Amino acid sequence: MDISQYLDIFIDESKEHLHSLNESLLSLEKNPDDKELINEIFRVAHTLKGMSGTMGFTKIASLTHEMENLLDAIRNDKLTINTDIVDLLFECFDALEEYINVVAEEGEEGEQDNRDLIIKLNSILNNKDHQSESNIKMLEDDKVDSGNNLNQYVTNVIKKAQENGLNAYTIEVVLKKDCMLKAARAFIIFNTLERYGEVVYSKPSVEDIEDENFDLSFSITILSKSDKNSILEELNKITDVETIEIKKVEITDSMDNSKVIEKTNEAINEKQNKTQTKTEKKSKKKNNKVGKTVRVDIDRLDNLMNLVSELIIIKTRMEEVGGNSENHNMNEAIEYLERITTSIHDAVMKVRMVPIDRVFNRFPRMVRDLSKDLGKNIKLIMSGEETEVDRTVIDEIGDPLIHLIRNSIDHGIESPEERVKVGKEETGSLYLRAYPDGNNVVIEVEDDGRGIDLEKVKRKAVDKKIITEEIAHNMSKEEIISLLFKAGFSTAEKISDISGRGVGLDVVKNKIEAIGGNIEVETEKGKGTKFTIRIPLTLAIIQALLIKLQDEIYALPLSSIKEITTIESQAIRKIQNHEVVLFRDKTLPIVRLNEILGVQKSKDKDESGELITVVAKKGDKEAGLIVDKLIGQQEIVIKSLGKYLSGTKYIAGATILGDGSISLILDINSLF
Amino acid sequence: MNQYVLFKLEDESYGIEIEYVKTIEKISNITRVPNTKPYVKGVINLRGEVIPVIDLRERFGLPIRDYNNDTRVVIVSIQDYIIGLIVDSSSEVIYLNDNEVDNPPVVGEVNTVEFIKGIGKKDGKLIMLLNLKKVL
Repeated sequence: MDISQYLDIFIDESKEHLHSLNESLLSLEKNPDDKELINEIFRVAHTLKGMSGTMGFTKIASLTHEMENLLDAIRNDKLTINTDIVDLLFECFDALEEYINVVAEEGEEGEQDNRDLIIKLNSILNNKDHQSESNIKMLEDDKVDSGNNLNQYVTNVIKKAQENGLNAYTIEVVLKKDCMLKAARAFIIFNTLERYGEVVYSKPSVEDIEDENFDLSFSITILSKSDKNSILEELNKITDVETIEIKKVEITDSMDNSKVIEKTNEAINEKQNKTQTKTEKKSKKKNNKVGKTVRVDIDRLDNLMNLVSELIIIKTRMEEVGGNSENHNMNEAIEYLERITTSIHDAVMKVRMVPIDRVFNRFPRMVRDLSKDLGKNIKLIMSGEETEVDRTVIDEIGDPLIHLIRNSIDHGIESPEERVKVGKEETGSLYLRAYPDGNNVVIEVEDDGRGIDLEKVKRKAVDKKIITEEIAHNMSKEEIISLLFKAGFSTAEKISDISGRGVGLDVVKNKIEAIGGNIEVETEKGKGTKFTIRIPLTLAIIQALLIKLQDEIYALPLSSIKEITTIESQAIRKIQNHEVVLFRDKTLPIVRLNEILGVQKSKDKDESGELITVVAKKGDKEAGLIVDKLIGQQEIVIKSLGKYLSGTKYIAGATILGDGSISLILDINSLF
Repeated sequence: MNQYVLFKLEDESYGIEIEYVKTIEKISNITRVPNTKPYVKGVINLRGEVIPVIDLRERFGLPIRDYNNDTRVVIVSIQDYIIGLIVDSSSEVIYLNDNEVDNPPVVGEVNTVEFIKGIGKKDGKLIMLLNLKKVL
């Protein structure tokens, strides 16, 4: 069977399941007694097992199977949750995630080996099993069937049978090595046994035995009225059998076990009832959701987005054409068209929105691991996970946020002892908030740690020769904070694995600015630090300034433009071969766009006199871009130049103007 | 048997396998893209898609000629690349059997020979079959 067509679905769904697994594990750590969570985790593991089994990913299937065994033991009260088990489950989760990632990349489950994990899982399971071991051993290491369900089932059946005066026997059969028709021989044995009673279990399964999928031995559990010896006598008549061993299975012979089992059975029943009602509720909820959502390939959405962009372009063109006409009806129609395209645009944008939870959901785990590693107590409080942003933004925002959170945990929040000493709660709080604000989304990362030591920042900056002693003296708080974002600045005193690997906040800032956002810091010594990130809702449509160089039109993203001014060409000075101009008491480097873009200069153009200059910014760097003519501000749709031209210097993409012609979008970041 | 789209450059016939050819367009406004190879003429707007175009004459080192009414852009799509090739003219599609295709000549116009993966012969005409990957 060709399964590749289901691969995408498999990956999507697995990721969803892993996501809920992660959440359940995290809450399990806080409420280890919550049986509902164990059930949820069990359910996820079971689903994953089933899915991966169908897809032929045996490694995932066997790992989840072992997880299931462990979880089953837990929910049957054979095991109690402790941190080791939770850690182990987290490890399993990591391994599963790794598998799924490999599957997503290569379409195969890869070579990753998790035998260690399986052994660990088993050892926990076996340790405990010794204590509450029932006489039915044979199912313990069963790996083919969904053993435990069967285990319970068989136990139940045997128990019932015993109550009704039947005996349960396990018969171990070893066939002779030279036995020719093993399946046939086994069939005879089965037949014989069925005359005496009911076969309730066999290992391997009946199907496998029929297909001769077994070595020389197999075992059968039957319920029978007859006694052991008469069965043995009958079986001994069958030829080609090396040995036969009959053991009576008695569950009641140790009262404890039966109690345990009874109890668990009751518990299971109860739980089943509970879960049933709960799942009913849940499924009702889910059903509602399922009925209202559709999974759509992102390519189709992109296509739809493209068409909407087309519509906007043609609308702009209509406005240009119709704006001049005297026809009143025409103008009205165009206005109507404009309203509709705006609505369609909004609607399509909304479809492409995904909740920021997609990024946030990995943080609880990260905070947990980091704080464990560092021996800190940290509580992560998230809000606004449902805030929606365009998926293009989602992909970009993850790394900067990780960096900020790591920073807060590593440098911001103090160790428990230190916190107690300064009279704070032992557990530090880390807030992660998101909320929409107009056309932007605001994300805040706030901690109640020690705050940024401004004096230290200053000293460091002087040490690193970023500023001089003199300047440092007269700096305002804001100016000092802005030092944090300078390249090559990192205040971590010791380089740790978590932060301070030389990649500083400047990278965060650049990344956020690259997607048209900005970042601010508020800090108070001893009280904490708050980073506020403001990012646009989407990257697909931006406001741009259209400019002309000769007769070529270029678009400059408005977000990186500071102001537009004119400068006198005589004011331009040369410093070390770079043209600069003194502008607002600062030296402003000059970039002549038509030179770097290879636009031919017309000879009659007057190079002296006033030059139109667009002051662009990147971080706190500024540059004056000399242009020939300003056209105006316009909403533009960003299109890629395609793979063939990707990476072209100074060009970030293209857009289609109202008249159908293409204008290139300048990559302002690359001009610095 | 393969189908080829034929086009002309400097009175010689060239062919591209039809499965690579998306459409053939008349030449439209080209927006220059700075800092690219000289034969990359820029990008065109093909029904809302931004598509780079290259001038095959320049690519093959043939003399440059102004575009005219016959000039066509053959839009080809190979792997993830979609690119327009500017050619002198393009008019027909032909079938070539395997036995009508020869290996490329060892000697020949030095400039173009590396882009040719075979020579097709049909009705006494010679058709140079392009190796698109090399061209791009």
